[in-house]
Amino acid sequence: MNRILGFFDQIFVSAKAWLLALLGRFLPDWVVVLASIVISGVVILVMGAVIMMYLTLLERKLLGRIQNRYGPNRVGKWGLLQPIADGIKMFTKEDIIPANADKIIHLLAPIVIVVPAFMIFLVVPFGRGMTAANLNIGLLYFIAVSSVTTLPIFMGSWASRNKYSLLGGMRTAAQMISYEVPMTLSVVPVIMMSQSLSTNEIVLAQSGCSGLHWFIFTPWGLAGFIVFFLCATAECNRPPFDLPEAESELVAGFHTEYSGMKFALFYMAEYMNAFTLCGIAATLFLGGWQGPFLPSWAWFFGKTFILICVMIWFRGTFPRFRVDQLMGFAWKFLLPLTLINILVAALWHFLPPVWAWLWSALILVISFFILVKLNINFVPEKRVYTLES
Amino acid sequence: MIGIPLTHILIFSLLLFAIGIYGALVRRNIIGILISIELILNAANINLIAFSKYTSPSPEMGQIFAIFVIAIAATSAAVGLAIVLALYRVRKTVYTDEVNLLKW
Amino acid sequence: MPVLEIAVKFGIYAAMGTVLIFALGVVTLRNLFHCALCLAAALIGTAVIYLGLRADFLAGIQILLYVGAVVTLVIFAIMLTEHLAGKTVRQNNSQSLPAVIGLAAFVAILAALIVKTPWPLQAASHAKISVMEIGQALMGTYVFPFEVISVILIAALIGAVVIAKKDNSGEQS
Repeated sequence: MNRILGFFDQIFVSAKAWLLALLGRFLPDWVVVLASIVISGVVILVMGAVIMMYLTLLERKLLGRIQNRYGPNRVGKWGLLQPIADGIKMFTKEDIIPANADKIIHLLAPIVIVVPAFMIFLVVPFGRGMTAANLNIGLLYFIAVSSVTTLPIFMGSWASRNKYSLLGGMRTAAQMISYEVPMTLSVVPVIMMSQSLSTNEIVLAQSGCSGLHWFIFTPWGLAGFIVFFLCATAECNRPPFDLPEAESELVAGFHTEYSGMKFALFYMAEYMNAFTLCGIAATLFLGGWQGPFLPSWAWFFGKTFILICVMIWFRGTFPRFRVDQLMGFAWKFLLPLTLINILVAALWHFLPPVWAWLWSALILVISFFILVKLNINFVPEKRVYTLES
Repeated sequence: MIGIPLTHILIFSLLLFAIGIYGALVRRNIIGILISIELILNAANINLIAFSKYTSPSPEMGQIFAIFVIAIAATSAAVGLAIVLALYRVRKTVYTDEVNLLKW
Repeated sequence: MPVLEIAVKFGIYAAMGTVLIFALGVVTLRNLFHCALCLAAALIGTAVIYLGLRADFLAGIQILLYVGAVVTLVIFAIMLTEHLAGKTVRQNNSQSLPAVIGLAAFVAILAALIVKTPWPLQAASHAKISVMEIGQALMGTYVFPFEVISVILIAALIGAVVIAKKDNSGEQS
């Protein structure tokens, strides 16, 4: 039984090792190293694209169910070929470049936005020994690379020479910078507890209790997870934080002027970001690939899938934030909560187990209610619009 | 060790430094000057890392000072850009030669 | 594996070249937005050089703080102060020529000095410096500068807010 499990657990790792051993027989060493990189890269590229395609289908299906309709079900069985049909449509559409656009940057923006989305895949631990690059600064790498995403959005919004694009770009920048701060701070307790920045080490630090010693089962882990997940939703501009592309106000935000394949690239980056952010959230707080019985990669993909479903659920049920609510939520609620969370994690480290539970839960609950109380009375100042002749 | 001699890195950072100074000297736009200053600080950082890598007995020193420099660069950018915005609000210009209120 | 080492070496030289080209772009391009993008590219190239010099932590910090924060701030300021219509204004003043001459002399002298100086090279260690060592040094030997930096950051934060804030009290009184 255990051997079968072990085989399925390591199936991808051993497949790659077998392939490399085959190459190593009649090729020099450095080609094997190169081949290893190329194999990982190709797997990531293909997987990123496939995940993006089927996430769109999943989202449309689930949203359809939430809104009491079927969702796509015409192309293929259960609409399974719908993403391919969408892809063909995107490829064959006319690529429109506005007359006044800054042509080079208009072209570069969708290409640049896909690069960080793919690069984050490098440090996501998909299973036991299945991290593409086990960097010792993995988490910092993730935060740094995902912060670059702001730049191509700026490029797209500026180059389009369109007021909606520009407004969307400004909103995106403000939102992403603001939500990066609590997101970074909410992972600090995890780093403190696992004493490492490597994503692999963080997963291994949650391996107790037959793989169920997840960080989310502690008070600071729960608070950190909620903050991280909300910030992740905001980072990939998904509802209810989708102000940058709010249809009813800004047409489509920064990608108003994009069509065809360029638009598809923006879409792709968005969905891949959603996937990687959910994957990182699962890694940091839900034990990554840790779990009993099933193979490690099945656990990872299961957890990530559930988190993505929660994101889609958010989209189906929550109304959009107002701009001031959005910024106030990040700076006045999430940021103090994460700071308190770091203190609580330190307390947890120094107190004996039962007291640690009691005190940290108490402090977090009290501070949560105090923050809610402090935030609730905010009424934005009334704006009066007058026509000047 | 990485097969790059120290002098190559130093000359590279010297060139970067010179380009930064050129930008700070000739730009009219205050934001352009700020960007050039970032380049200068960057060149200094490369020097710090190179020296700590090749000559220093404690290799983490260079990284720590580089982190300090980056923090200072961030503060200078934040305060500088705040000043630029305040200036733009009052004078409707961001060009240094058009801001000559105190010039006599 | 000599091939891989040569590849890394070549990669670092290529990164240096790219950084210099983009840096030239930063100081010569007319469109300020392009300048800021060139700055971002140059900073990312510098992060690659750091990676080549085995300073991974600094490379991460570089991208996070410079590209993620400083360049974003700069672009924000550009968007707020430039006009979307993009009329091309002269960006450089008339001191280009003296600046170039002076800087050429400066570079020549310093390059000669750099080449001639016998640097006290040490057999630097192969090992990467772990994040933990950096953290311990920050919290141990360098704790005072670390605290001073945090005070400066707070001061700059408050200062920036105060300067950039709209002056409401002045209008009412």
